[in-house]
Amino acid sequence: MSDKKLIIAGVVIFVALIAFPFWFNMGKAAPAPELKLTEHAKTANDGKCVMPVDYMKAEHMQLLDVWRHSVVRNAERTFVNTSGKEFNMSLSNTCLDCHSNKADFCDRCHNYASVRPYCWDCHIDNPKETE
Amino acid sequence: MLELAIKGSKKYYAWVAFLMAVIGIGFLVYLKQLSFGLGITGLSRDVSWGFYIANFTFLVGVAAGGVMVVLPYYLHDYKAFGKITILGEFLAIAALVMCITFVVVDLGQPMRVFNTLLYPSPGSILFWDIVVLQGYLFLNLVIGWNVLEAERNGTHYQAWVKPLIFLSIPWAVSIHTVTAFLYAGLPGRGFWMTAIMAPRFLSSAFAAGPALLILLSLFIRRVTKFDPGREQIQSLAKIVAYAICINVFFFLCEVFTAFYSNIPEHMDHIKYLFAGLHGKGSLVPWMWTSYSLMIISIILLVNPITRKHEGVLAFACVTVFVGTWIDKGLGMISGGFVPNPMHQVTEYAPTIPEILITLGVYGIGALVLTILYKMSVAVKEEVAA
Amino acid sequence: MEDSRRRFLMLAGISAVGLTAKPVLDAFAAEQKQHPTIGLKKAKDALTAKQWGMVIDTRNFHSADDLEPIIEACHKTHNVPSIENEHHEVKWIWEEHFHNAFPGLAQKYQDERTEHAPFLALCNHCENPPCCRVCPTKATFKRESDGIVLMDFHRCIGCRFCMAACPYGSRSFNFRDPRPFIEETNKSFPTRMKGVVEKCNFCAERLAVGKLPACAEASDGAIVFGDLYDPASEVRELLRTNYTIRRKQGLGTEPAVYYIV
Repeated sequence: MSDKKLIIAGVVIFVALIAFPFWFNMGKAAPAPELKLTEHAKTANDGKCVMPVDYMKAEHMQLLDVWRHSVVRNAERTFVNTSGKEFNMSLSNTCLDCHSNKADFCDRCHNYASVRPYCWDCHIDNPKETE
Repeated sequence: MLELAIKGSKKYYAWVAFLMAVIGIGFLVYLKQLSFGLGITGLSRDVSWGFYIANFTFLVGVAAGGVMVVLPYYLHDYKAFGKITILGEFLAIAALVMCITFVVVDLGQPMRVFNTLLYPSPGSILFWDIVVLQGYLFLNLVIGWNVLEAERNGTHYQAWVKPLIFLSIPWAVSIHTVTAFLYAGLPGRGFWMTAIMAPRFLSSAFAAGPALLILLSLFIRRVTKFDPGREQIQSLAKIVAYAICINVFFFLCEVFTAFYSNIPEHMDHIKYLFAGLHGKGSLVPWMWTSYSLMIISIILLVNPITRKHEGVLAFACVTVFVGTWIDKGLGMISGGFVPNPMHQVTEYAPTIPEILITLGVYGIGALVLTILYKMSVAVKEEVAA
Repeated sequence: MEDSRRRFLMLAGISAVGLTAKPVLDAFAAEQKQHPTIGLKKAKDALTAKQWGMVIDTRNFHSADDLEPIIEACHKTHNVPSIENEHHEVKWIWEEHFHNAFPGLAQKYQDERTEHAPFLALCNHCENPPCCRVCPTKATFKRESDGIVLMDFHRCIGCRFCMAACPYGSRSFNFRDPRPFIEETNKSFPTRMKGVVEKCNFCAERLAVGKLPACAEASDGAIVFGDLYDPASEVRELLRTNYTIRRKQGLGTEPAVYYIV
């Protein structure tokens, strides 16, 4: 068919356009962010987070979702982790108690991953106003 | 078939461009609403639903009204309507697109709209409204498209479409019934707490929908080679006549129940709408206009001499449409919220941004309708040629 | 607790299948050996009830000044904004006249005290809440464990059906971002965002740590809070010994807030 060339050209242009973000950013990957831990985060609870660090890195949003579901809907506010330690399930009052440096901890990674969680529209991001 | 909608005269393109502009303006104002919040509207703590939900309610009626051409043709074999069922079905599609858009622009957190599916709540009438509206949109799309395509190809539509057509008839009734139940089941809102809420909604729907259809038919006859037909228009006119009479009758039933029983909770809302309450009555002139228009339309439509004159008929249809729109669009929603549960009067009036967004949504509906009607008329012309 | 754990494990499992499966599974495997349970539970000192309820002794209130500290305690605790524009007002607990709070009970010839006394209005935490019935996402719900009618602000889509359904005008909508209108933020409690509905939560967050609601605490004993289903509770004792009224009782919503007049 005479349209063959047109179609192929069209497909190529389409693929090129669709793949724009990939080829445009090729080789320009930003370095992985370095997160800062506060002194409090390094010492509190022997420097351990509520769950293992690898888990927290990958799954903290799922954990927070379970927390909010439990606190808001089931009136259960205490989290018992795998070592049997208990924590108050509160973003502002527990997480940010250690990680009071939101800008150097939460935001760095969120900016890098280009995610904009709107937790802070409601939850106070500076419970202690430190640093 | 969609290709038929992109071949048109300069006037057609100018109209489409105009609609795009209206939609564009509405969209820009909506972005403002998204960033600021619903505070740019005239809504308040006391009147928490307004123009958006009122227009949504009215347009559900227009969508349901389309069934008034489908039912006589398929259930009573009234052949004359065969020519225009597609107009009824496509009008329903345009109306439903507007309904759904109105619900979305009314939300405070529209990006969470799918929470309604993620956490389905069969106890909520709004859940069922979403179900029946989506279902009716889907039914009309499938039916309308298939029947029109069959007509274009000179064949009979597929056998499996028939059951869907039969299903669509009670479904049309259901969309407006469920929409009425949004209001009628709420304790403490005396104005809405009436068993004839759904029948009232249906009667005004079966007046407003076919009235708009008559106007559209007259317009199509003037600007295209397709004539929806004099008999068809006259039959629709009779439907409008009966429906608008019933609508006013139902309203009088409400007035009787509220005032003869003399229960303040039921009377106060009607008093607010027609006479004002606590010195406030911004809707009073609107409501009297609305019912005057409906009465005029009854006189013009019931009388065969005036009804048969198409110029007068067109005027009567405009009065029906505007009358029912004021009644449902302004009175029904505000009337239910005023006075509030504490018997205080907080009035509501839409703001300019709110009106611009509303016009934008109407623009979307008009665009959908334009494209669908352009397509249908082109097929009709093609078949006739 | 069972439900929560199952949900937790389910979520952990689902997410583990994703890109990060390896480290997560390792972490789980390692931890599971030592201590196999992850749990969610109530704090030890949490106050519990089958159906929380409130008795307001209105005889203690003579003027708006008497209510002021109570309203302020609530609104400060919960970061309720004070917005001038009446249309956009947000309130959890507020003052009403008798004939507004109890439209069906107002007498043609009302006694002078109730005629002029200020009445507190707030969410009634009904036993049959119409607001929860109409919510299309269960964002507002009656908590099984203690009967509090709560808002899940994360889930609310802002359709405002609950505001139309509430016969007490207890719900407010955030017509705009409330933060600029909060004078002094209580940092241990979240604010709200624009586009969600809010209302009194019977201080669920305080009950969870063993404290009574802020309004009761600030009321000098005029507001008594307790379990309506417990015949031995203080509220039941008050209801036994005093004639009380409730707002729009005829609607069948069964309000949990009683007023001694």
